Amino acid sequence: MIVEIGHYALVLALALAIVQGVAPLVGALRRDAALMAMAQPAAVMQFLLIGVSFAALTHAYVTSDFSVVNVFENSHSLKPLIYKYSGVWGNHEGSMLLWVLILALFGATVALFSRGMPDDLRALVLAVQSWLSAAFLLFVLLTSNPFARMIPAPIEGRDLNPLLQDPGLAIHPPLLYVGYVGFSITFSFAAAALISGRIDAAWARYVRPWTLIAWIFLTLGIAMGSYWAYYTLGWGGFWFWDPVENASLMPWLAGTALLHSAAVMEKRDALKIWTIFLAILAFSLSLLGTFLVRSGVLTSVHSFATDPQRGVFILGILIFFIGGSLALFALRASALKPGGIFAPVSREGALVLNNLLLTTSCATVFVGTLYPLALEAMTDEKISVGAPFFNLTFGPLFIPIVLAMPIGQMLAWKRGDLYGAAQRLTLACAIGFVGAVLLYAMRGGPIVPPVLAGLALYLIVGSFVEIWGRVSGGSSVGAMFSRAIGLPRSAWGTAIAHAGIGLTLFGLAATGWGVERIVTVKPNQPVVAGPYEIIVRGLEPRDGSNFRELVAHTDILEGGRLIATMDPSRRSFTTRTMVRTEAGIKTIGLGQVYMNIAEVRDDGSLDLRLYWKPYVALIWLGALVMALGGLLSLSDRRLRIGIAKRAATRVVAQPAE
Amino acid sequence: MRVILALLLALLPGLALAVQPDEMLKDPALEARARNISSELRCLVCQNQSIDDSDAGLARDLRLMVRERLQAGDTDAQVQGFLVQRYGDFILLKPPFKAETLLLWLAPLFVLLGSGAALFAFSRRRRPAESAAALSPVEQAKLSELLEERADQPG
Repeated sequence: MIVEIGHYALVLALALAIVQGVAPLVGALRRDAALMAMAQPAAVMQFLLIGVSFAALTHAYVTSDFSVVNVFENSHSLKPLIYKYSGVWGNHEGSMLLWVLILALFGATVALFSRGMPDDLRALVLAVQSWLSAAFLLFVLLTSNPFARMIPAPIEGRDLNPLLQDPGLAIHPPLLYVGYVGFSITFSFAAAALISGRIDAAWARYVRPWTLIAWIFLTLGIAMGSYWAYYTLGWGGFWFWDPVENASLMPWLAGTALLHSAAVMEKRDALKIWTIFLAILAFSLSLLGTFLVRSGVLTSVHSFATDPQRGVFILGILIFFIGGSLALFALRASALKPGGIFAPVSREGALVLNNLLLTTSCATVFVGTLYPLALEAMTDEKISVGAPFFNLTFGPLFIPIVLAMPIGQMLAWKRGDLYGAAQRLTLACAIGFVGAVLLYAMRGGPIVPPVLAGLALYLIVGSFVEIWGRVSGGSSVGAMFSRAIGLPRSAWGTAIAHAGIGLTLFGLAATGWGVERIVTVKPNQPVVAGPYEIIVRGLEPRDGSNFRELVAHTDILEGGRLIATMDPSRRSFTTRTMVRTEAGIKTIGLGQVYMNIAEVRDDGSLDLRLYWKPYVALIWLGALVMALGGLLSLSDRRLRIGIAKRAATRVVAQPAE
Repeated sequence: MRVILALLLALLPGLALAVQPDEMLKDPALEARARNISSELRCLVCQNQSIDDSDAGLARDLRLMVRERLQAGDTDAQVQGFLVQRYGDFILLKPPFKAETLLLWLAPLFVLLGSGAALFAFSRRRRPAESAAALSPVEQAKLSELLEERADQPG
């Protein structure tokens, strides 16, 4: 019964979405306040209905109701409870339901927290958002119904893919989806602006918090996915330039560009056409990612579905929304008046350069991801585009971005002083250079890691030079402190987010200094990896709820002294008869000892993959720091939703055009 | 205890991760070359994995083949050429530069130069507008006249 209620709620949500897509739109065009006012309650109700539907599916999972096909195929009564919850989105149908849930969540939050927005803008945003959810609700109901029943109900389920039975599944998809789908709101804002023709600095101010929220979550989602791959796949790889990863990286790059161009639009009323275009682009790339992952066009671990019907349906959605918005853009963009004028060397100019390089790197990933598909479709020739290609093309594009980041922060709006900026960065340059030379002298090896590490140091120090310049004038430490506190939070946000990129870059550079040992050992036979000695003390079989495992109790020694222990294991899942290795990972400082049991031989000896990865934690810590920077920016007075409201009333009070 | 262990071992077949100790060459320099070559070759039956990272049986065969050729004295390029001859360009994770991949390799450059040129053209188009905003000599004269008038007025 509960399952049927969930199904019915989803159908109701679709009906409501269609109403919400039409009535406020008509209202905005006819200036009918009553029709426009329908948007808000409809958006909240739509979210509640999809929430009920999601809760119903969750209930079916938690109670192991195997009469539901989806639960039967992806769950098991003995599965640990946390995976019964997270398993809801560990399959195609459930993950699409999560997709629409988040889509509706964003609609509802706009409805609830936008009282200061002009009524017609809000009505249009919610209408466009509802078109999106109607399309995806239709998709779920017609091609991917999670509530389908089977009679008779099987006694036991087929269990969730063991690779997905991991806390990572509880965290990674929701974060990533909030990021991905979050760009739907910027898309809706762009479409609404194009429909109403009101595209100004105030619009940029309304849209910026939403862009930031989506960006923060996408950053965290990508980092979490990367760390999950790192500890699961067994050899410590964390980024593979897999099409599925690229699908999430592309919206991130476009979204980062959008954040920066929206700042120009907000402050200087310039780059309006471009900002609108990026807002459309970021979500279009999210849609493309969904298409690539969900349609099974690319066969990859992430594609649960290989049903052509679904692929064609999503392609239809993709064409409708991207085509529609671009057509609207083409119609309206020419009518936009160019705004503030600026010299090439200025904050605006630097942000234009940032956009140029970010969109080029985004295009590189795009072409690299889709080229093999296109070539095969046209000529039947198969080629592979893998990590070596992307490292060779994407890498060089990112270096100028890193070099320019601190300089851009230092330039004034309208007209900047490049020489002055460079002068103030002397210290950062010096630290980067000395750091690179020292690291090269200490570690030796190829030249690339120390150079990248030097760049990273330059970026980390350079990110704070501008803030230091504003704080250091204080007469005492206390005065400097109060100056630092008094700075706008968005200035801190920028500096911290940029420094986060520096941290990640340092972690990436340090992979060049890693130590790898691939060995066969007997218990109690030590292996040296970097500064540590690793000794497997003994093997022990253990039972989990739906698996059995063989654990290797392992000691880590430094200079003969025991400093840590770890328990890597090999798990065998009975229902799916799959084996998964659990790496043993010990964080020491910023580095990690990483150990994986590749094979257990009959004579009791073990094939091990052992690593010492210095500074590797910085790769993900950097992403956390980036997100923290975003969060600080979000908490800036100027962007807080209440303030935006007051600012908006001022904007509205201005004489009409 | 031993029985359970034996049972567990029987339960854990197959899965062997990537490069295994018994595959590795004695000569560290040769082994390093093998690893390097392997990381740029696709495991043909996998999803976007190099043979160096893959657990598949085919990947193991290919790894052994690479090492065999190296031991026979092939250069890196010869090993790669040998495998391309057998399996086609599909095996290369870094596609070769040729007519079919021209667009792929040049895309970043095209996009960068194209949008750079567009930007340049755009800013050139904007500049006349900026100078048009400046005052003509007549307007300038009129302005200074007005300013003087204003200065003449008391208080």
